[in-house]
Amino acid sequence: MTELKNIRNFSIVAHIDHGKSTLADRLIQMTGTVAERDMKQQLLDAMDIERERGITIKANSVRIEYPAKDGQTYILNLIDTPGHVDFAYEVSRSMQAVEGSLLVVDASQGVEAQTLANVYQAIEADHEIVPVLNKIDLPAAEPDRVRENIEDVIGIDATDAVEISAKTGLGIPDVLEAIVTRLPAPEGDRDAPLKAMLVDSWYDPYLGVVVMIRVIDGVIKKGDQIKMMQTGASYRLDKLAVLKPQMIDIPELGPGEIGVFTASIKQVRDTKVGDTITHDKKPCDKPLPGFKPSVPVVFCGLFPVDANDFESLRDAIEKLQLNDASFSSEMETSAALGFGFRCGFLGLLHLEVIRDRLEREYDLDLITTAPSVVYHVHMKDGTQQDLHNPADMPDLTYVDHVEEPRIKATIMVPDEYLGDVLKLCQDRRGIQLDLTYAGTRAMVVYDLPLNEVVFDFYDRLKSVTKGYASFDYQFTEYRQDNLVKMQVLVNEEPVDALSMMVHRDRAEQRGRAMCEKLKELIPRHMFKIPIQAAIGGKVIARETLSAMRKDVTAKCYGGDATRKKKLLEKQKAGKKKMRQFGKVEIPQSAFISALKMDD
Amino acid sequence: MADDWQNGGFGLYVHWPFCQAKCPYCDFNSHVAASIDQTRWRDAYLSEIKRISDLVPGRTLNTIFFGGGTPSLMQPEVVADIIDAARAAWPTANDMEITLEANPTSVEAGRFQGYREAGVNRVSMGVQSLNDDDLRRLGRLHSVAEARKAFDIARNTFDRVSFDLIYARQDQTPDQWVAELREALSMAIDHLSLYQLTIEAGTAFGDRYDRGLLRGLPDEDSAGDMYFLTQEICDAAGLPAYEVSNHARPGSESRHNKIYWRYGDYAGIGPGAHGRLTFNGQRHAIDTALAPGKWLETVEKTGNGDQSCTPLTGFDQAGEYMMMGLRLRDGISVNRYESLLGQPIANTEELESLGMIEHSGDQLKTTDQGRAVLNAVIRELLPDSEGA
Repeated sequence: MTELKNIRNFSIVAHIDHGKSTLADRLIQMTGTVAERDMKQQLLDAMDIERERGITIKANSVRIEYPAKDGQTYILNLIDTPGHVDFAYEVSRSMQAVEGSLLVVDASQGVEAQTLANVYQAIEADHEIVPVLNKIDLPAAEPDRVRENIEDVIGIDATDAVEISAKTGLGIPDVLEAIVTRLPAPEGDRDAPLKAMLVDSWYDPYLGVVVMIRVIDGVIKKGDQIKMMQTGASYRLDKLAVLKPQMIDIPELGPGEIGVFTASIKQVRDTKVGDTITHDKKPCDKPLPGFKPSVPVVFCGLFPVDANDFESLRDAIEKLQLNDASFSSEMETSAALGFGFRCGFLGLLHLEVIRDRLEREYDLDLITTAPSVVYHVHMKDGTQQDLHNPADMPDLTYVDHVEEPRIKATIMVPDEYLGDVLKLCQDRRGIQLDLTYAGTRAMVVYDLPLNEVVFDFYDRLKSVTKGYASFDYQFTEYRQDNLVKMQVLVNEEPVDALSMMVHRDRAEQRGRAMCEKLKELIPRHMFKIPIQAAIGGKVIARETLSAMRKDVTAKCYGGDATRKKKLLEKQKAGKKKMRQFGKVEIPQSAFISALKMDD
Repeated sequence: MADDWQNGGFGLYVHWPFCQAKCPYCDFNSHVAASIDQTRWRDAYLSEIKRISDLVPGRTLNTIFFGGGTPSLMQPEVVADIIDAARAAWPTANDMEITLEANPTSVEAGRFQGYREAGVNRVSMGVQSLNDDDLRRLGRLHSVAEARKAFDIARNTFDRVSFDLIYARQDQTPDQWVAELREALSMAIDHLSLYQLTIEAGTAFGDRYDRGLLRGLPDEDSAGDMYFLTQEICDAAGLPAYEVSNHARPGSESRHNKIYWRYGDYAGIGPGAHGRLTFNGQRHAIDTALAPGKWLETVEKTGNGDQSCTPLTGFDQAGEYMMMGLRLRDGISVNRYESLLGQPIANTEELESLGMIEHSGDQLKTTDQGRAVLNAVIRELLPDSEGA
């Protein structure tokens, strides 16, 4: 049990690549929390994908013991949070569990869009914020300019920003001292009934569900009978531990402390992040306010390339859901792609991460259909439907209007690329809300439809700015617009997998692009094939795939019969693997490429 | 009941695997060798003829075809011995067709008289192009002038002379091809083989193509244009196509090749040669070792050059008959096909309504349109795998 005054709880806010995980690694290393031989990079990022992509997906925590210059030993609890917008909900709840933040900014680059979003969450959570200028050893580092930049853009005092190089270890002792001297100690009452916040939970194959908590008041001990106030469920604690970052058993946790427990909980779904944990017998009187559950905003179909893998895909999705309650799935059937799942994600990165994990950890080959957002379809009879899949769009005669999710996007970009960024946003039906400068970097804020962003916005932004732009967004509202379902017809037959919701003004362009692409992707047949994009019954774009003109073996004599026949038989077998639409056979690869729409 | 092969006849194919140089487009079994002991090779061919005639004795031999490689590198005496052995082994048709493939060079033309005396009555010359630049690109060792000279010697030596041209070559326009084809038709006697250049895997062209170095090949549409122009011009000149790539005055078709397309029986001797032979009431697919040295040694040591001899089911035979037979303008006999397959022909309605095939009595034929996309037609018509 640690005195409140000797505890500091904090998180680190940073843009991707600005050195958050490296700084965390250094803090752990310099305090001897992890033996030198066990040190590895991005220690807190357990998943392969986190290490590979250099990102943090799941929150994690580490308890550090630090003997400070004042002669006392402090317990520092670091909660490492994801930096990406998709996982903003993880950030916001982790912020509630700590009292202060280190704001890490790359001393050569300055504040980026993601930093901004996360630092505002820290400010909202009433955090004390210590600015840290990283990569100070780089020749391009401009600490003074970046200090000014922090003050201009974020509006906090950066005079006493700590200058460090997380890579070389320079300035790390100053960071540790700043945590102790500048961040506040937690408050709480050891004698009050137990009140702890459920910060996060995850599934461990050996231990079952592991729950991370922050104790507010009271004391929690191993063997306690506890109650989750929102769900009402009651459990007996099997194990109580702190993370260093591996689990170290501890007899009890008091106010201000952060730790984990297990209690024979079967699935992550049984735990609600933000829930209040108290004692079954002697509960606290008022629960914590809790968090809004995260809701999937981006949907796509996931289909096995090999139809025989459907059951394996189902198993894999169920297993991943044990650990990630924010990802939803329901079975879907497509004439083009067979059996699969319509899955919902928190954003595009979340989608990619889940897909990568399914393919990698479960060895599946998947087809991902074009991502789409959730539309609100208001029917003439006054009811409202959530549309997750364009193929399910009701008949227009019953539809009154359609609303789509809008976002507020913040983009920071060197001014030489500003024109291209503005054009991109404008093309994507954006409405400019703000444009300001900080030195040679511009910050633009746009109101954009989310569906234009999930499509290929990141890629386009990256390519028009040569990777120099940073981007972040938050959901704002649902708004009515002229949204229609565009169907694709191949030889007059609708192809469900290629249906998409588009804005009426963008429909022709999208339709043309799709038809042109399909014309390249569908093999010629013995007859010509019209490829059309249509809204309702109206054709808005059309291409014609001409009939096969020549496909004949020039030489075929006695010695060729066996070989040539095998070839034709193989081709015939290949035809069987194609999807049949009326008389037209379309290879599965054509769908995959058409749905990518990476132009 | 007569065996099915009798609908197509019986021929002997002799494969001479050697060339002076390997052409970059050629995927035939050909090799360049420094020295060849022609006597040893002759003995091996003779021994194979004897062995096969014991297997399928007494039937009438309709044709002999010397292919390669470059059989015009064979000594006329060797050719004569082989023909004599075949005549001794089987009763032969009075008008037996004996064809030899020849390169149009002066050296080879010097042997034409010898071949004639040996019994060869038809030559097929690999002229390939009437354009010197293209001949070089195709890796040919002769010039146009030399080819013309050799062709003249051939036509003065033999009654029947055919020659090959390759079109849809690199950077060739339809207009250029039409001009070349008209020139060819003015030389032609009674038979022409006109092949679209095909890039085969495992050839120098195939390798260059894969590396993106074989540029200027016509696309499908322009190759299609050239194909249809070829049909039109040859029809008008009185040498209509009787097979996808083969044109002849009526009656002057290659009888040997027609045995393949009519799905008769043929014995193949020499390295890499294939055969279809019916014995004990069962048709077999036969092949031999590809490597010349290996084939020769196998024949010398074991007296049998076959590498494999596989009985063909009715299903297999039906597929082969269809694939080969639809190449002919005359098409296939539906009765014959169905009795090989043991079930009715399927999937014809759609192709017929698209104008790709047509029925005429018992015959099922491809239309001009259908022949141009024959592979697609066959993919539709080939019976589904056995039992399915």
